[in-house]
Amino acid sequence: MATYSTNEFRGGLKIMIDGDPCSIIENEFVKPGKGQAFNRVKIRNLKTGRVIERTFKSGESVEGADVLDIELQYLYSDGEFWHFMDQGSYEQHAADATAVGDAAKWLKEQDVCEVTLWNGTPLAVTPPNFVMLKVTDTDPGVRGDTSGGGGKPATLETGAVVRVPLFIDIGETLKIDTRTGEYVARAKE
Amino acid sequence: MDSLRLRARVLARVRDYFARAGVLEVDTPVLSPAGATDPALHSFRTRYHGPGPLHGSSLYLQTSPEFPMKRLLAAGSGSIYQICKVFRDGESGRRHNPEFTLLEWYRLGFDHFDLMDDVESLLRSVLEGLVPLESVDHWSYRELFTEVAGVDPFTASAAELRACLQSHAIDPPVGLSPDDHDGCLDLLMTHIIEPRLGPGLVFIRDYPASQAALARLRPGTPPVAARFEAYLNGIELANGYHELSDAAEQGRRFEQDNARRVAQGLDPVHVDTRLLAALASGLPNCAGVALGIDRLLLVAAGSDALGGVIAFPLDDA
Repeated sequence: MATYSTNEFRGGLKIMIDGDPCSIIENEFVKPGKGQAFNRVKIRNLKTGRVIERTFKSGESVEGADVLDIELQYLYSDGEFWHFMDQGSYEQHAADATAVGDAAKWLKEQDVCEVTLWNGTPLAVTPPNFVMLKVTDTDPGVRGDTSGGGGKPATLETGAVVRVPLFIDIGETLKIDTRTGEYVARAKE
Repeated sequence: MDSLRLRARVLARVRDYFARAGVLEVDTPVLSPAGATDPALHSFRTRYHGPGPLHGSSLYLQTSPEFPMKRLLAAGSGSIYQICKVFRDGESGRRHNPEFTLLEWYRLGFDHFDLMDDVESLLRSVLEGLVPLESVDHWSYRELFTEVAGVDPFTASAAELRACLQSHAIDPPVGLSPDDHDGCLDLLMTHIIEPRLGPGLVFIRDYPASQAALARLRPGTPPVAARFEAYLNGIELANGYHELSDAAEQGRRFEQDNARRVAQGLDPVHVDTRLLAALASGLPNCAGVALGIDRLLLVAAGSDALGGVIAFPLDDA
């Protein structure tokens, strides 16, 4: 794997820190009036998601991380692994619960997700920003109430629970923003 | 366009200030066969292909106009100032651009205390009506580290400085050798102290002798460098010295710098023998300071990054 000097640091660069793949969030060059220069770097550990801060002596080199973001189609879950497929090569990848994390509740078969691979193994799964999911359970809809005030919980086909307006009924398909976990609109049939 | 006008206005006020003070504006070469030896400074180099004895030789782009200005002082120029471009390789960030505009001046008969007052009075005059100068504070390096970081920079070992960094949740950086005392002090300065300096003008003086650069040492226990830094609204703005005038001592510091460069795997730099000759012939008692004009504009414009006050930063040059 390539090594990167601090002079090549930029947001998004993937490097190895303490044996874990990390992504640079922010890189700041600091130097007292006279004296040594440092790079003060904010890094996200891609395995744990934790953000840490590290300082490097300017000019030092760090090992790069073989991390790749690719689009994969979600196929199914066998309870232990979530299986994805590269639609170009038909190559399949199995992601464990740690890699899938919170994304699990938004995963619908055939949706295309961004999967972060480290040395070929899924490290993280990012669901599409918007997903279309069917309501499997909610209180009966209140017709004509389009005020949007109040709301009620609804369970979706993937098991996720979101707050929806009062007029939503079981069986309707909803557009959900997975970044906020919020209801956006009723899907047009 | 506003930032261009601001720059023109600030430069006019600087020139006006020095004209009233009877300080002469000078212009010295940007290119020289000799360079700055400080291991933390990286000079750009270029090759001269033209006629003359320097044909085919490597020239440095100045990191500051200090050496030629001191030659003028030794030749009897009296108090002088210069506004010029300086170049530092490897420095780029929110508050760094590899080329920047420096204001450097020298006052005869001043020590670094007199010069701090002069810096304050220049800033008052230049910033009038632009940004208020809220407060002026003076700290010694030792007081500041003891008060803010909780460690005595003159007596603590490198290990104790590392422990202090860790107590402030700063991990010792990758690549810093465990016995690098000044490196730890630099880190405490950039990571712990600078962010807590707050608004207003802050002077820090009496640096460790190991960070004297071109300042004379003041005897004491321990001896300290007659050097100061000025911070404006938390931004490092100026570095000044009661100037070292001892040619032999200056020669030794150049040698030490070059030895440290070689130890770090850097090329040694051609020492400015003309400066040493000028010091040997007699540099008048004086103090000098270099002030970053772009950083001053940053404060005057209330901006956060140099890109906002430079017409074309390097990525767009």
